Amino acid sequence: MSAIAINPVYRVVRFYEAPIGKKAIMALTGVVLFGYVVAHLVGNLQIYGDPQQINKYAALLHNPATSGLLWGARIALLLAVVMHIVASIQLWKLKNDARPVAYVKKDDAAATYASRTMMWSGPIVAAFVIFHVLHLTVGAVVPLQEIAPNEPNVRANVIAGFSNPAISAFYILAIALLCIHLYHGLWSMFQSLGFSHPRYTPKLKKGAAIFAILIAIGNCSIPVAVMVGLVK
Amino acid sequence: MKIILHIWRQRNCKDKGKMTRYEVPNVNQEMSFLEMLDVLNEDLILKNEEPVAFDHDCREGICGTCGCMVNGMAHGPLPGTTLCQLHMRHFKEGDELYLEPWRAAAFPVVKDLVVDRSAFDRIIAAGGYISVATGSAPDGNAVLVPKENAECSMDAAACIGCGACVAMCPNASAALFTGAKIAHLGLLPQGQPERDQRAIAMVAQARQELFGSCTNIGECEAVCPKEIKLEVIARMNGDFIRASLTGR
Amino acid sequence: MELNSNSPTGPIETRWERHRFNLKLVNPANKRKYNIIVVGSGLAGGSAAASLAELGYNVDCFCFQDSPRRAHSIAAQGGINAAKNYHNDGDSIYRLFYDTVKGGDFRARESNVHRLAGISLNIIDQCVAQGVPFAREYSGYLDNRSFGGAQVSRTFYARGQTGQQLLLGAYQALERQIGMGAVKMFPRTEMLDLIVVDGRARGIVTRNLITGTIESHFSDAVVLGTGGYGNVYYLSTNAKGCNATAIWRAHKRGALFANPCFTQIHPTCIPVSGEYQSKLTLMSESLRNDGRVWVPTTKRDKRVPSQIPEAERDYFLERKYPSFGNLVPRDVASRNAKAVCDEGRGVGESGLAVYLDFRDAIERLGASVIKERYGNLFDMYNRITGEDPYKEAMRIYPAMHYTMGGLWVDYNLMSNVPGLYVIGEANFSDHGANRLGASALMQGLADGYFVLPNTIGDYLASNKLEKVDSSHAAAREAESSVHAVTRKLLDAKGTRSVDSYHRELGKIMWEHCGMARNAEGLKQALALIPPLREQYWSDVKVLGAGEELNQSLEKAGRVADFFELAELMCRDALDRNESCGGHFREEYQTPEGEAARDDENFAYAAAWGFQGVGQPPVLHKEPLTFEYVHPSQRSYK
Repeated sequence: MSAIAINPVYRVVRFYEAPIGKKAIMALTGVVLFGYVVAHLVGNLQIYGDPQQINKYAALLHNPATSGLLWGARIALLLAVVMHIVASIQLWKLKNDARPVAYVKKDDAAATYASRTMMWSGPIVAAFVIFHVLHLTVGAVVPLQEIAPNEPNVRANVIAGFSNPAISAFYILAIALLCIHLYHGLWSMFQSLGFSHPRYTPKLKKGAAIFAILIAIGNCSIPVAVMVGLVK
Repeated sequence: MKIILHIWRQRNCKDKGKMTRYEVPNVNQEMSFLEMLDVLNEDLILKNEEPVAFDHDCREGICGTCGCMVNGMAHGPLPGTTLCQLHMRHFKEGDELYLEPWRAAAFPVVKDLVVDRSAFDRIIAAGGYISVATGSAPDGNAVLVPKENAECSMDAAACIGCGACVAMCPNASAALFTGAKIAHLGLLPQGQPERDQRAIAMVAQARQELFGSCTNIGECEAVCPKEIKLEVIARMNGDFIRASLTGR
Repeated sequence: MELNSNSPTGPIETRWERHRFNLKLVNPANKRKYNIIVVGSGLAGGSAAASLAELGYNVDCFCFQDSPRRAHSIAAQGGINAAKNYHNDGDSIYRLFYDTVKGGDFRARESNVHRLAGISLNIIDQCVAQGVPFAREYSGYLDNRSFGGAQVSRTFYARGQTGQQLLLGAYQALERQIGMGAVKMFPRTEMLDLIVVDGRARGIVTRNLITGTIESHFSDAVVLGTGGYGNVYYLSTNAKGCNATAIWRAHKRGALFANPCFTQIHPTCIPVSGEYQSKLTLMSESLRNDGRVWVPTTKRDKRVPSQIPEAERDYFLERKYPSFGNLVPRDVASRNAKAVCDEGRGVGESGLAVYLDFRDAIERLGASVIKERYGNLFDMYNRITGEDPYKEAMRIYPAMHYTMGGLWVDYNLMSNVPGLYVIGEANFSDHGANRLGASALMQGLADGYFVLPNTIGDYLASNKLEKVDSSHAAAREAESSVHAVTRKLLDAKGTRSVDSYHRELGKIMWEHCGMARNAEGLKQALALIPPLREQYWSDVKVLGAGEELNQSLEKAGRVADFFELAELMCRDALDRNESCGGHFREEYQTPEGEAARDDENFAYAAAWGFQGVGQPPVLHKEPLTFEYVHPSQRSYK
């Protein structure tokens, strides 16, 4: 067993070297990303309000006086995404190293669809996020409309984007995967950080499912509303 | 009844190995699974074919020696049951069963269905104990253990070290095994002084043995013949994180 | 040969203390210069290896299993006795000593038994400190139960897995020493011979079960903790791998084998279901606390038990032993079950079973209470038989369970071969002719944790031992004899498998040297075994090679030893013209059918010396004297 004083750098390395350390990082970055997903949804749902509301909200976010904050948040998010992805890739590699010879026949005893597909739902969601940023933030897919500099016409851009059925379909698919990803991630972050209790964990799993579904419904409602003409 | 078996045959660790088909024509439903393999082996010996090597010892579900994958499930289809306690009445005429050894980089195949699980011993040697030299113990009743702790500790201590958790885990992780020992000792007052070092040392050893990472899937819990709960893994995670953060 | 037990004399309470004081000590700085080989890693071997390493000795530990955690001690269910008197119910070291001597039917050494009873206290303390999760009261104090008919609550337990938890405690202590480099562990390595140099045990020859390599290992002392020989009977509650090879080959190198006929049959096992049966499963005898044992009054009654009316049931234990009823000792319960089956009133397919019925207990206490008490046992029964014991009576039958006999050892646990120590079930020392419930775990741990580490130093400190290596003639001879046996087994290329011979031997032994024996049957067995042994050597079929993992070859060597040991058991049983404990000779019984001991002629331990295969062994007697517990007749009427 180890001696009492350990070099702090080594301590961090040792923590991260252990799969549990990586999982803890995934859980913590997962919390950040989950927080963003919720905040993003709250922002987006303003599209159902007064036609100017969401644009006002966008203008607030893009206010040049607080651009430092915006960029800070963006960098923090980016960092969380990168760490989440790097750790997941490392763990995925570990998985392959840990079982070099596969079974001829393998069944599942308890694995949920969500838990088994984390490694697929993750990258697809990531790809979607890149597309989504290019589409609605950068404007690389279709040119974005602006009311004034630093005042994007979000409402118009959203309606224009989701009027395209292909974009809407991709969006809905990605949200569905995100929902599955979130379900497993949400309860499993507690397990990864060391919380499990026979009374609370089953409730947590249920809560995670409800939350994931609510987020999916909230997000999917927007392209649907645009396509059926509820939001014009 | 007749049972058709596809068994992984591999002469030694260097051999490539392959699945081979066998038929066992006279399987009695009162037989245990291993007795069915005994019958097959007796038959093979009379036909001058080498019997199938498989690990087993107590045949009452407690030593943890036996076990293989049966149709992709560790210890076969019955929950909470080791292979030796699985009886043939749970199968039916003509069933085709695929028997494969536990597969993990940390469990190299020795021969046929026999694997080397000494990695588990090394995880225990890294810290899965309470350091008490013989003779130095106080009276048994000097340390009180709340009944609930004793019971939860016993739940975790029931682990038989069979390796089914690793075999079934899509990541070939030893988290349930390691967590069970950390929980067993960590739930008792006697286990507190070494709790932090234990978590760090055992987790590091598991990593070194090339076991994978736990991704909270729950396959291990589902096939554990002693029905050890995922809770022990959370406990291990918590102990490890706490020890990493608070260590001086 | 004069057998010197080295037992101390004087007041029994202080014998061990005075003896320990008189033992020579090895200087702490010198301990690392000594090598000790420990064979076996169960409760006795594992605890000994760990404790010796803690003291500073260099230890090499061997087991045939893939890990030291798998030794068959793990299967013990009930509990471990200790005279803690936590319940204020009148228990004491002296009472545990008294119960054990009496329970052993006055065929054990008083000094050893008293020491065992005293050490029982330290064992519990040690195990608690190691983190064994013993059952607790709500207050957090250790819980106890009374077990196996004992009149005090002195049994400590960890659910129905006490053996497992105690073994894991010893295993973890052992792994700690392995991690620190103080013990070198050799799993999947089987001892096949003892190396004796100048009359002293100086090493062993082993076979690596994975590569087949045969190697010599050297040491200053050799400790055998290799368990009992119940698998002579083929069907027993022992693990499939349990074998007598280590003690038998040591016996062939000069160690005396004491009381081989003292075997214990356990009454509550799940009956045999067919010819393919590979082992028997024991269910804790606590079941007899609430279950009632009966058979139908008519022969071959094939009705399901619940359909048989009260008037047509014979509760034979309650009828014959009104005061103890279903709780008579193991040997009495077993013999009576056999007797009713021999009458043709046995139940089940084979007719070799009796009912153990919980109908009345469920009526009286409710199914939930029964489930709480015996739920795990009922589940186990259900898993194996597919029947529901809550609805229909269980079927049980006695099975071979434990062997009290073993290599002869003195008070220091050293055999007559200097430097060869034998601990746990492998020796003969503490249980006499019958072992009490929850005492096996106690003896294994007492020997390994507390006795051997004290006594072995005396031998090391008093003898100057020359260095021995593989160039020594004794080592070369032992290695080549191991090679020769392996070759002979592989070259026989006969017609029958090892198991088929083992089954046949087991049937002979169960029939003639089982629960009840008689001179005629034993002579018959002695006439049957040698020719079968001869046939075995020329006709056994072992496929594969010696230089690989070859499970048939492993079994073949063990069965070869069982043949020779079986013969000695029958000889010993034939020679002991009395009934005592587990050894019941039908010719020697009281008018009521109880065991009739002959203290005048047989108050001795019979230690047999090997004279060659097929040659009559030589009998050495260690007289047993009883200064404290005076022999009396056991009565359970």
